[in-house]
Amino acid sequence: MVPVSAYLILAVVLFGIGAIGVLTSRNMIVLFMCIELMLNAANLAMVAFSRALNVVDGHVIVFLVLTVAAAEAAVGLAMIITIFRNRETINIDRYSILKW
Amino acid sequence: MSEYLFLIPLLPLIGFLINGLLLGRLPRPVITIIACGSVALSLILSVMLFVELKSLPVDSRVIEQTLLPWISSGDFSVNIGFLLDPLSAVMILVVTGVGFLIHVYSVGYMAHDPGYGRFFAYLNLFTFAMLTLVLADNYLLMFVGWEGVGLCSYLLIGFWYHKKSASDAGKKAFIVNRIGDFGFLIGLFIIFWNVGSLEFDVVMKQAPLVFAAGGALITTACLMLFLGATGKSAQIPLYVWLPDAMEGPTPVSALIHAATMVTAGVYMIARSSSLFVLAPDALMVIAIIGACTALFAATIGLAQNDIKRVLAYSTVSQLGYMFLACGVAAFSAGIFHLMTHAFFKALLFLGAGSVIHAMSDEQDMRNMGGLKKHLPITFMTMFVATLAISGIPGFSGFFSKDEILWKAFSSDHGHVIFWVIGVATAGLTAFYMFRLIYLTFYGNERMSDEAKHHLHESPKSMTVPLMVLAVLSLVGGLVGMPHIFGVTNYFEEWLGPVMAGAHEPVSHALASGGGDASMEWLLMGLSVALVAVCIFLAYYFYRKNLKATTSLAEKLSGLRTLLVNKYYVDEVYGALVVRPTVYFSVFLWKIIDVIVIDGCINGMARLGGDISDTLRHSQSGRLRNYATIFAAGVVVLVAYFVFG
Repeated sequence: MVPVSAYLILAVVLFGIGAIGVLTSRNMIVLFMCIELMLNAANLAMVAFSRALNVVDGHVIVFLVLTVAAAEAAVGLAMIITIFRNRETINIDRYSILKW
Repeated sequence: MSEYLFLIPLLPLIGFLINGLLLGRLPRPVITIIACGSVALSLILSVMLFVELKSLPVDSRVIEQTLLPWISSGDFSVNIGFLLDPLSAVMILVVTGVGFLIHVYSVGYMAHDPGYGRFFAYLNLFTFAMLTLVLADNYLLMFVGWEGVGLCSYLLIGFWYHKKSASDAGKKAFIVNRIGDFGFLIGLFIIFWNVGSLEFDVVMKQAPLVFAAGGALITTACLMLFLGATGKSAQIPLYVWLPDAMEGPTPVSALIHAATMVTAGVYMIARSSSLFVLAPDALMVIAIIGACTALFAATIGLAQNDIKRVLAYSTVSQLGYMFLACGVAAFSAGIFHLMTHAFFKALLFLGAGSVIHAMSDEQDMRNMGGLKKHLPITFMTMFVATLAISGIPGFSGFFSKDEILWKAFSSDHGHVIFWVIGVATAGLTAFYMFRLIYLTFYGNERMSDEAKHHLHESPKSMTVPLMVLAVLSLVGGLVGMPHIFGVTNYFEEWLGPVMAGAHEPVSHALASGGGDASMEWLLMGLSVALVAVCIFLAYYFYRKNLKATTSLAEKLSGLRTLLVNKYYVDEVYGALVVRPTVYFSVFLWKIIDVIVIDGCINGMARLGGDISDTLRHSQSGRLRNYATIFAAGVVVLVAYFVFG
């Protein structure tokens, strides 16, 4: 049996990769994928806990998160496409007119 | 009848409202009828109420009428109420009587002035305020009248507001009076704080119980009230506004700055006599200030060439007499002189107005002379007034002045020095008044040919008031003849019930018997003799031997310069008070206001702006910056909850 700590370490690694990706990436698609990565890291941690503690709450929350992530992906991609049509770039640093 | 008391002040107010609100819309005859009619009705009512008051028994000669509550706050309550007692009866008769005559006179004097309606509206407002002042049954309502007459004085001094000197004089009068009013208010606060009421009868009854006689508290209160009186009644150190007030139309000088308003201070002190007798030190200060003012102003009057300025300094000097009387606790003598002075000084001013009118607005006596034959009525009436003010036996001024001098000598609060100053002033008064008469009505006609061509006696509306006042100046003193003449002093007896300590000096003088009576005859004789000498001197220098005048003036040129320049008091005040105030104001304006206050406000705004200017750059608009800060925040929070 794989110990819970292994799952959690994996989740932390995934979450860290995702977070660093969000903070460093200029590509909006990459940034978006990194967010998905962080969400799934959280999902992994919750499933691991749920399984270790033998309760189903974690599973329920994971389903909820998956649903929200799907909806978010749909809306987010739609926004990216709309912005791309206007600005012809997906470099996030160029989208800085809402400032000062 | 007594229920109509409130109409006496109200009628002039109605006149003011009609003339004031319909300014310039009414034809002149209507304005005249409303203005003079309202005061005439007040006069008739005053006479009727005076008769009714006289019919009451001596001890209950009080008519009170409370109209409505005015202020009621906790323990503090003040009514709008009127009080008619022997003192206020004398005052309303003087105010409405002289006031009415001056209204009539103004019809002729102001006939060609474009501000005719405005003038009469102000005059009526003044009459209303003055009647409120003298009829009020409490100090606060009196203060309302007090401020009201001050306002009217300001408006009427600056009546010809297009003249810079007139509007300046108005401002000066108002500002100088503020200093006095400050003192008056402090006095009222002290009285209310200790007595708990401002009603005259309560204060007068309670004062001996509440205040320790001669104590610091009552002395302060009385001195503060007196400070108010020095402002309104033009005494040292606040007299400087009155000579400048001559910029106003001459009827105004007669009504406000000679007969009525400037005597308000004397009335206020007489009204508060029960307080003042508790403070002998304050009485002493009043007597000293009064005597000094009388002498000081009389000497300035010697060297003035403007006919109205001579009279203005004479008024200051005569007011000094009244305060001298109050200061020696002879309040009824002060009020007596107030009354006779109202007659003869109003007459002198109106006569001067008639002269100025005839001379086409020339006021310098050096350009007059020989007017006797051109203005016979003006000359005759002014001559009567001059005899009265000089104190020639038989004329009104003689009786009142003599009573003051005798009281200054004989009263418990008196002193022989007061008598000497008083007599010296009487001599100077006779000298400068006859100087005025000789310069104006006798000698060569020094006016220009054109002015000479226009010379004319004034119209009936002006000469009739002159004649009435002349009769009053002649006989007005007979109501208060001294005891040594073997008659009753009706005036003193009439005021007796309202004057504190009124009976003491009388009984004192009577009790000491023949010795005092012969002393009184002697002093009277001395003062009359001095007056006669001074009249002769005036005759010698200004009629008989004009060369002697010039040579004397050269010999005493230093003194003369000092007198012509009024002892440089205005200059000293300017240097000591006005200029430092101006500099201080400029300091407040340029440094405190512009730099400190504006600097603080603008500095706060600029500080906020500068901080925001720096901080707004954190709003870079870059998503990754926000995410970094957000992540850092999360790390800090987690660290706090895990390790904290």
